[in-house]
Amino acid sequence: MRIGVITFPGSLDDVDAARAVRLAGGEPVALWHGDHDLEDVDAVVLPGGFSYGDYLRAGAIAARAPLMREVVDRARQGLPVLGICNGFQVLCEAGLLPGALTRNSHLHFRNRDQGLLVERADTAWTSSYTTGQTIVVPVKNGEGRYVAAPADLDRIEGEGRVVVRYVGGNPNGSSRDIAGVTSADGRIVGLMPHPEHAVEDLTGPSTDGLGFFTSVLTALVAA
Amino acid sequence: MSRVVVDVVLKPEISDPQGQAVLGALGRLGHRGVTSVRQGKHFVLEVDGDPDEAELREIAETLLANPVIEDVELHLSTD
Repeated sequence: MRIGVITFPGSLDDVDAARAVRLAGGEPVALWHGDHDLEDVDAVVLPGGFSYGDYLRAGAIAARAPLMREVVDRARQGLPVLGICNGFQVLCEAGLLPGALTRNSHLHFRNRDQGLLVERADTAWTSSYTTGQTIVVPVKNGEGRYVAAPADLDRIEGEGRVVVRYVGGNPNGSSRDIAGVTSADGRIVGLMPHPEHAVEDLTGPSTDGLGFFTSVLTALVAA
Repeated sequence: MSRVVVDVVLKPEISDPQGQAVLGALGRLGHRGVTSVRQGKHFVLEVDGDPDEAELREIAETLLANPVIEDVELHLSTD
């Protein structure tokens, strides 16, 4: 299975994301934001970092990159897409996921190991988990506060679009402790914490993050 | 040449921790009459010829602001 990882100017975690794909048993394919060809990948990961220096709004310029037009078109047809941290910001800016990410309520960059409650274990990226499971992966962001108008939050919750929620403390003031959401079809997932940093005992607080990358391989076999 | 100013502010229902931090600093400086601060962005665009208001509105609403959380105001002036 070929899993594309898109590098934007200012991406930081593209190499870690590619490594996580490989450890899960997939074939990572390096993609460049300025290209127009998704190279027949079966799924796409948008990695963390600070694309375009977070100018304008975090993820705003990257969401309009040439390759993102391809991603948006293919994602609307069911291509699995995972956005991590800056990648989540890009997916919200591109209109593929509801809500927006803004400056942390305490205005500090927050970097720590974070508990997450898995509320949806039936998306393309979370089927390796069980609903109600708690996992621990690093979180590191300055603009990770998930927000939307109260009516939109009610709709997001009502439609069961919350994939993971912060437990053991909310690191950034996100509305209703929301850490990650999915598209209506469960193929697109975005989250602020970093599962790709929790795939090996040597470097991560756990190996809990690997499940995101094994899940999509299962989803692709089933498709 | 036309000059177009676009002001972007967070919608009233979205909390603004940066504005609140400024408000806190004002209080510490003794400016106790200020009761609220909302921080936004101010863009100045220069446009050849007559500005196309529909196009400018599209620019403002699709790139300069994120309509999920922000409101925009357009101000046109022709020199």
